[in-house]
Amino acid sequence: MATEITAPPYRVIPIIPAIKPGAMEGLKPFVANDKIQEALGFPGELVEDWKDRAIAKMGDLLKKYRSLKVYLDACVHCGACSDKCHYFIGTQDPKNMPVARQDLMRSVYRRYFTLPGKLFPKLVGARELTKEVLDEWYSYYHQCSECRRCSVFCPYGIDTAEITMAAREILDSVGYGQKYSNEIIGKVNTIGNNLGLPGPALEDTLEGLEEDVKEDTGIDVRFPLDVKGAEVLLITPSADFFAEPHIDSLIGYAKVFHAAGISWTLSSMSSEAGNFGLFIGNYEQMRKIALRIRQAALELGVKRIVVGECGHAWRVAYSFWNTLTGIGDGAEDKFALQLQKQLDQRYRQPTHICELTWDLIERQAITLDPEANDNLIVTFHDSCNVARGSRMGEMAGGQFEIPRSIIRAAANHFVDMSDATTREKTFCCGGGGGLLTDDLMDLRVKGALPRMEALKEVADRDGVNFMATICAICKTQFSKVLPYYGFNMRMVGGVHQLVSNAIRLGGKE
Amino acid sequence: MIFAALFYAAFLILAGGLVYRISDYLRTPAPLKIPTTPAPTTGGGVALRMTREVLLFESLFKGSLWTWGFAMLFHGGLALVLMRHLRYFTQPVWSWVDLVQPFGIYAGFVMAIGLAGLWGRRFLVDRIRYISTPSDHLMLALLLMIAISGLSMKFLDHTDIIGVKAFFLGLEHFDPQPLPASPLLYLHLSLVASLMIIFPFSKLLHAPGVFFSPSRNQPDNPREHRHLSPWAAKLESES
Repeated sequence: MATEITAPPYRVIPIIPAIKPGAMEGLKPFVANDKIQEALGFPGELVEDWKDRAIAKMGDLLKKYRSLKVYLDACVHCGACSDKCHYFIGTQDPKNMPVARQDLMRSVYRRYFTLPGKLFPKLVGARELTKEVLDEWYSYYHQCSECRRCSVFCPYGIDTAEITMAAREILDSVGYGQKYSNEIIGKVNTIGNNLGLPGPALEDTLEGLEEDVKEDTGIDVRFPLDVKGAEVLLITPSADFFAEPHIDSLIGYAKVFHAAGISWTLSSMSSEAGNFGLFIGNYEQMRKIALRIRQAALELGVKRIVVGECGHAWRVAYSFWNTLTGIGDGAEDKFALQLQKQLDQRYRQPTHICELTWDLIERQAITLDPEANDNLIVTFHDSCNVARGSRMGEMAGGQFEIPRSIIRAAANHFVDMSDATTREKTFCCGGGGGLLTDDLMDLRVKGALPRMEALKEVADRDGVNFMATICAICKTQFSKVLPYYGFNMRMVGGVHQLVSNAIRLGGKE
Repeated sequence: MIFAALFYAAFLILAGGLVYRISDYLRTPAPLKIPTTPAPTTGGGVALRMTREVLLFESLFKGSLWTWGFAMLFHGGLALVLMRHLRYFTQPVWSWVDLVQPFGIYAGFVMAIGLAGLWGRRFLVDRIRYISTPSDHLMLALLLMIAISGLSMKFLDHTDIIGVKAFFLGLEHFDPQPLPASPLLYLHLSLVASLMIIFPFSKLLHAPGVFFSPSRNQPDNPREHRHLSPWAAKLESES
């Protein structure tokens, strides 16, 4: 079973690869067991009448999501997206072309919901929903990281992520869920974070960090937990609490708060920025996770909510929190109203940690010594959910400029990777969207190919030896796959890791 | 008289089908803010983005230069041809239609070249070949045959266009007139009627669909304005 996983070779000239039908056929992440499924209110195993229920669920989603309906109707098979997916480039499996991935569902949609598909299924490529088709959905809708790169190039803005999310929602509803994502959602619901790290363990970790930073700098930088009345509630991916290199960014945030004199706290009840409800396309789960954060903010009485370095978490926080939990204008329930009154509306709610840090740098409220990072030649990997699903600052595109501005303030050597692979055209790291699991390692290594090629280019040409990013999934994924491509796993790290190295902590002279 | 009936039916199906589709899109909520960013932050910005998308195919330009080129030739040609054809439906002919006339005639060739290019890709590029269904080919064949039959009537076997115009003006006034007897004309008109009938049931829906694409038509302002769909608002009162 265990065949050795190797990286695909770099393309000498990055031409579009020829298709290799069936290259990734049958690849399946572990299926969730009944305990995991039932904890989220999904059937424990594939139900008897899965076919009828799947079609009914699809009809239901078509009524609830305009995106799904329009996207299933509008595609003309022009193929503009066909060479844009990192998983297609890395695997050459034609079903990993965005349009073909959509067609796995579109074919079923046509058969059951459109007149031509009912009358002439062969002609319009419509097909019955059989067990084989359902298995194919499970396989290929778990080879999409919902990164939205295809939606940039589609003349109708068709976003395959929306189709993938709908497919996963249908699969969950018939008892065919993915272990990795659903298990994690269960942990957030019961313990408060994706890793299942209980409060006391978190407390220990934070105390340890305080000692480490003291030893390192001689200064008492605090990592407060559950402090009522703090100014800022920091919501950060739980990987920041223990994983490498994530933890170095957590230290960076703490130093920024310390240097700027902002009181802040973490919450043991809500110690997770990540929201895997997004990945499985389930509005209710996504809302439930977001509501935990609202509850924590209310209980702690904070004035601001700041989100740490995490790509999809920032998309959910920036784009969806106001919808899900009413932290902005327009909500009518009493908790949301209370929160609106409590939060300081002079600040953007929520605020990204990069927005906060950059604002402090601009106001000269903190000082960075970029020489501290002179051993590094830095490049920046735009994380997909930040790049194509959110914003920072006032201007469209602030999500690209602000992190780069911070890096330039924190380091003297910065080089961008090829234009075709950065900003809104950035490639996913290969591990997003609920695919960051060992049972999909082969896919993850192959999907990283386009990013690794772009990195190789600047590493060879400019001597780049550090790739900064602002996403916990990107950090974990790259640490794992960099060695397959001949790079050092420590080459990846957070933007606030650079800030941590450069920030002046002692009183301002 | 068969053609008169055919065109009344085709028109009703096209108009009714489109009204149904569009109202269906309008009724279906978009519960979350999902513009593909960076996106305009204001309504005016969105209108501009949509205009660029519809008139210049901005995203396709970024995606595939070849496809963009052929698509521009086809759609641009088609637009001019359609404008030129207005002369058969208006009396007196609007003055701007007269201005288009000399370009409209040759636009038929441009349209055909665009279509041929788009069709060629379905055979020559392995990725596009893989995703093409029989209906994708038929749709292009239909459009190309419409273009060729139309051009033939202009440049090879001239049709009695005075008679054609009388026929369509008659339809407009519910006073059907005979259609000039011409096999090419019969072919051209049958194909056009089929296209009208197919339109609301097919991928030709990309034309109205693009205006309803949430990734393109939403302003990027979720922190400033709460966006809540009716079914999501219901969850609010339940909890």
